Amino acid sequence: MNTAVTIPAWDDARAEGISVSPVDAVMLEARAAALGGRSIKQATKRAALELAISCMDLTTLEGIDTPGKVHALCAKALHPDPDDPTTPSVAAVCVYPELVAVAASALRGSGVKVASVAGAFPSGLAPLESRLDEIARAVDAGADEIDIVLNRSAFLAGDYGRAVDEIAASKRACGPAHLKTILETGELGSYDQIRRASVLAMAAGSDFIKTSTGKIGVAATLPTALCMSEAIREFHGQTGRAVGLKVAGGVRTAKQAWQYLVIVHETLGPAWLHPDRFRIGASSALNDVLMQRARLRSGRYADPDDFSQD
Amino acid sequence: MTDLERLASNPQGVPLDYAPSIESTSILRLRDEYDLFIGGRFVPAAGGQRFVTLNPATEESIAAVAEAGAADIDAAVRAARSVLPKWAALPGATRGKFLFRIARLLQERSREFAVLETLDGGKPIRESRDVDVPLAAAHFFYYAGWADKLPYAVPGREIAPVGVCGQIIPWNFPLLMLAWKIAPALACGNTVVLKPAETTPLSALLFAELAQESGLPAGVVNIVTGAGAAGAALVDHPDVDKIAFTGSTEVGRHIGAAVAGSGKRLTLELGGKAANIVFEDAALDQAVEGIVDAIWFNQGHVCCAGSRLLVQEPVAATVIDKLRRRLATLRVGDPLDKNTDLGAINSQAQLDKIRELYAAGIDEGAEPYQPPCDLPARGYWFAPTVFTNVAQSHRIAREEIFGPVLSVLTFRTPDEAVAKANNTPYGLSAGVWTEKGSKILWMAERLRAGVVWANTFNRFDPGSPFGGYQESGFGREGGAAGLLPYLEAS
Repeated sequence: MNTAVTIPAWDDARAEGISVSPVDAVMLEARAAALGGRSIKQATKRAALELAISCMDLTTLEGIDTPGKVHALCAKALHPDPDDPTTPSVAAVCVYPELVAVAASALRGSGVKVASVAGAFPSGLAPLESRLDEIARAVDAGADEIDIVLNRSAFLAGDYGRAVDEIAASKRACGPAHLKTILETGELGSYDQIRRASVLAMAAGSDFIKTSTGKIGVAATLPTALCMSEAIREFHGQTGRAVGLKVAGGVRTAKQAWQYLVIVHETLGPAWLHPDRFRIGASSALNDVLMQRARLRSGRYADPDDFSQD
Repeated sequence: MTDLERLASNPQGVPLDYAPSIESTSILRLRDEYDLFIGGRFVPAAGGQRFVTLNPATEESIAAVAEAGAADIDAAVRAARSVLPKWAALPGATRGKFLFRIARLLQERSREFAVLETLDGGKPIRESRDVDVPLAAAHFFYYAGWADKLPYAVPGREIAPVGVCGQIIPWNFPLLMLAWKIAPALACGNTVVLKPAETTPLSALLFAELAQESGLPAGVVNIVTGAGAAGAALVDHPDVDKIAFTGSTEVGRHIGAAVAGSGKRLTLELGGKAANIVFEDAALDQAVEGIVDAIWFNQGHVCCAGSRLLVQEPVAATVIDKLRRRLATLRVGDPLDKNTDLGAINSQAQLDKIRELYAAGIDEGAEPYQPPCDLPARGYWFAPTVFTNVAQSHRIAREEIFGPVLSVLTFRTPDEAVAKANNTPYGLSAGVWTEKGSKILWMAERLRAGVVWANTFNRFDPGSPFGGYQESGFGREGGAAGLLPYLEAS
């Protein structure tokens, strides 16, 4: 089906030596479990928790989001733990396009980025023109980063060329903003497809590839993150381009956060332990990270109400 | 400067150094001296001799262990003989009950066994905790289930236990090999005299305590510690009905000669030089993990280790590149650290042997690669090593190194892969990596190896028979096939 039409972009990518490797599910999951079992103690834990905060995209993506809610989230993003001024800010606040302006004014000059989902999130099935228009409007309103979704309809139909072209067009629509492409791995059906989607999204120019929208049952998992990390590593080897990884959905605890850090560290190396190349999209995980951090500092567990619920 | 700015100003990112995470040894109640376990009691060796067992990671002495002489072996065999009729006559379900109890006790005391195994043998706690001890318990559970179903293993025939079994086990998986030996023997109604290796006697002696605790009748399991002389005395003892040995091909040959003509039954599980075959259509990132599991599991002290990597030429450079990169993340050091991937070499003697073959590899023109790693100053250590430019005629491609040293060879066609893989005096295991199912079956039919793993390596299950071809020995352990060496069928 996908061979019926010649798609220049994807053929160009293949001509440049970009290839998709198969994935063995059993060994992938075994390796992810082994990495998830790394024992993280004291000093390492402290560094990992700092890093997790610095790499966090604090997210609210609900129909009931209001300017007030986004204001609260931005305050949290800037000073996650007002009791401890050494706490780093998070990497970004992630909202719907309509609320980008609110976040942009709240975060101006802080270094915390404004991220916006766009492109008919979470299905991606609006006409391409309106998706591109939505991206451009979000960037105009002040978004530094745009999170779009892969066109799974085209991808699962085997129309890889179209899937790639749409991402490439989205990247152009972003202008100076960074593009994160959500693969929605829980809908792709196999690690082979996740790896293929990762390579397509990278070849199309994504700055980040991202696991999930958070809107379906299956979100980020350790093997998925490992699978995507291996794709990033190979793509980097083939093209020299360093693409970032964002895990999102289902990350609720500090332990999960550092398990992902371990996977990225041992697969992609320390150069990826940086908010330019690694993000955790979450809302509830931040307070757990803050609690763990406070425990390391004070030696006791804090009351959950010691931290703001935003 | 905020943390984010600090991070942003450091494009190299932040290395995540794992702080040591050391498993405590406080759970152990180590004694200075250990005795033999004969007839349900701990007794010193008749001659009073003892030998020292070391922690190979530190070269510190752990304990002095009784050294069994011929008189002690005789006492152990007599104890096993005298309880044999009673044990064999028990209903299978009752024997099964004892085995279930042992399995549960192993699980309850799993941390203690894991720590002791790591302390005495040098293997990473991650492996003793996640592999050795759980698999040992699983073997007892599995054969406990067979104890009252033996007629179904050999349908239509009368069955009886073989009798008194002399079992000699190696130092690479002390507790697991004990389980592989004792569980099927007891399920079938035999009694045993088991000799653990002289460098790793402690987990077998802890198991003896557990046997006492389980209420197993005295004499059903006897543990005699010692070196080659004790093993020889057991092999030569006239009242032993069967010898089961796991260890080197060299010793296996001696045992075979000693047992010949005696009427004793014999099973041997010996060395190997397994080919791990990676085709160009394999999932290479996972194949690299499989290569790591195949040769660096338990420091390469594995008879079925995938010590010869056969990689198809179009992807050879890619695989070696990925492998080197992966090697850099392999953590070598304190076996008790939960993040250690590669522990200590088991003994000075084994380290000498690895060094000798490593030097031979260089002399013969192969190219070694070792990742940068700091080896501890004390203890027995060898850095993980990959030899490329290896030819089929090199010693490092033919001889078992039994250490963390991989020899890489290439092939062009499936036929050539089979020919190279089978061109060895051994035949214990092999691995095949390809995403094409038909190729896996084609290869498995032609590979002369007792176990062929497809897209995995060094995976064990009590239900799956294990054993070799040619100089890798004969007889099977595990599964229903593992019952046969312990049954007389008529």
